[in-house]
Amino acid sequence: MTEPTVQTEQTQDEQPAFVRKVIDRFGADRVSMSVFRDNLRLIVPRELSYEVLRFLKEECGFDMLVDITAVDYLYYPKARDRFGVIWSLLNTATNERVFVKAFLNEPDLVVRSVFDLWKAADWLEREVYDMFGIRFAGHPNLRRILLPDEFTAFPLRKDYPLRGRGERHNFRRLTREQS
Amino acid sequence: MSTELGQSTQSPVDLEQKEYLWTLNFGPQHPATHTTLRLILTLDGERVVDAVPDIGYLHSGFEKLGEHLDYNQYVVVTDRMNYISPLANNVAWHHAVEKLLGIELTPRCKYIRTILAELARISDHLLCVGAAALDLGAMTAFLYAFNQRELLYEIFELVCGARFTTSYTRVGGLMYDVDDRFIERVRWFVRQFPKAHADLTRLLNRNRIFVDRTKGIGVLSKEDAINLGCTGPVARASGVTRDLRKDQPYLAYADFDFKVPCMTSGDCYARYLVRMAEMLESLKIVEQAIENLPPGPVNVDVGTRLVLPDKPQVYTTIEGLIQQFEVIMSNRGFSTPVDECYAAIESPNGELGFYIVADGSDVAYRARCRPPSFIHFAVFPYLIRGHNVSDVVAVLGSLNIIAAELDR
Repeated sequence: MTEPTVQTEQTQDEQPAFVRKVIDRFGADRVSMSVFRDNLRLIVPRELSYEVLRFLKEECGFDMLVDITAVDYLYYPKARDRFGVIWSLLNTATNERVFVKAFLNEPDLVVRSVFDLWKAADWLEREVYDMFGIRFAGHPNLRRILLPDEFTAFPLRKDYPLRGRGERHNFRRLTREQS
Repeated sequence: MSTELGQSTQSPVDLEQKEYLWTLNFGPQHPATHTTLRLILTLDGERVVDAVPDIGYLHSGFEKLGEHLDYNQYVVVTDRMNYISPLANNVAWHHAVEKLLGIELTPRCKYIRTILAELARISDHLLCVGAAALDLGAMTAFLYAFNQRELLYEIFELVCGARFTTSYTRVGGLMYDVDDRFIERVRWFVRQFPKAHADLTRLLNRNRIFVDRTKGIGVLSKEDAINLGCTGPVARASGVTRDLRKDQPYLAYADFDFKVPCMTSGDCYARYLVRMAEMLESLKIVEQAIENLPPGPVNVDVGTRLVLPDKPQVYTTIEGLIQQFEVIMSNRGFSTPVDECYAAIESPNGELGFYIVADGSDVAYRARCRPPSFIHFAVFPYLIRGHNVSDVVAVLGSLNIIAAELDR
């Protein structure tokens, strides 16, 4: 059986220029890098996420926000933190990609919104809030997007069952006479 | 018309102050939305002051399902995302899974996937162009487009038995190999498609009504397109010269000679032209690929214990039988690295990526889909402000919003 290749740490001189810039700016003790396949990830503390993202946008040319997503690491092997928020950035000129990742723990599920850097963050942040309950401070209109406003749970959390908690049966029903 | 990027999509004017404005609900069931999406338009006479998309009517928890179905089973769900080009979704999903597992596909599999992904692109663009024309009153163009789509459906049916919900890819390979009839059919399609494309071009390109209703409508500048995260034909019509097939060549795209059509005007007409031009480029790729289709197996070697063996192997060899059980049995299955990985393809609508978090089992821990329709629909309010209510359908049609992919 061929083992899938495991994560490889890149050596100092193989780092792309922007990684060195970010580490120089924020310090190697606060920003760490890992590479898996061709995905380059920067793991940053939650308080620094906005600053790092702004630095990447303004100084390193990452002008497109491809995606914002989150992962609930509740049952993940060897996970220490509950949630991870992942920003996926793209430099449209040099074609580089970077994934910035910050970990969050309950009860303080707040991270700063990047809406003022990329307008694309509007709906993406709303979706993460809708599905995980992670709040984005500074978002102008942070409310549910896919689920109805009166929904109470955050369904992509791992402690939410696949079949739901009976929300569907508890919705108010409109009959023809009432309408 | 300048877009007000300084504002959120939700609060451009103080609506309390302006009582003469009135609200129009567009959808969720309206013939011009094509799928189930709702717009709350605020109108000043016929002029659209604001549009608030209200989405989620088709939300079916696809990402949650992805955490409970294994890597082969989930492909069935991806069919239902962008159901206009399901093969592109199949390819995108297994592209991400194979990157996670570190599988290098066989050349034949790469070529077949490339051919089918490009046929799916043609089929998607045909629907988008046809439906956009239909909304603007050009019924004939729609029928011409659907006539060609029917031929593509027949090809899809030939390879996997289903016209719509193809589920054709598997981890490390395909459900079946293709046969000579497929090659004949594709060759015939490649021969006759330029004529249909020319018909469509002649019907629309200089059609007075069509041009008047699309030119200068819904203009998206290059800076806004990048800032709003647009990809695919929407971005390329605004002058963003990006195409993942060229920038990060996946499958067999590096082998082929094709161009990436771009425009700079960024209006609905430019998006239409980009899609029309892309169809011919896709046809070039299909033609080159089908003539150079490599021989050999479509699945990676059975010894890797990652791929389902094909049925003759299961029935005639002990290795195939063991392998089938190894992958199918619930206590066996794949072994994956405990890590996470993002991979994207250039789907007909734009960058379709999957962010997979694997926990070592054969079921994804998280299967995030980056849907292009979701990103593009968020752009809609910026494009429509200031235009007439009749332009809503023109802009919607040019963005090619597929609600099933939007809501997932």
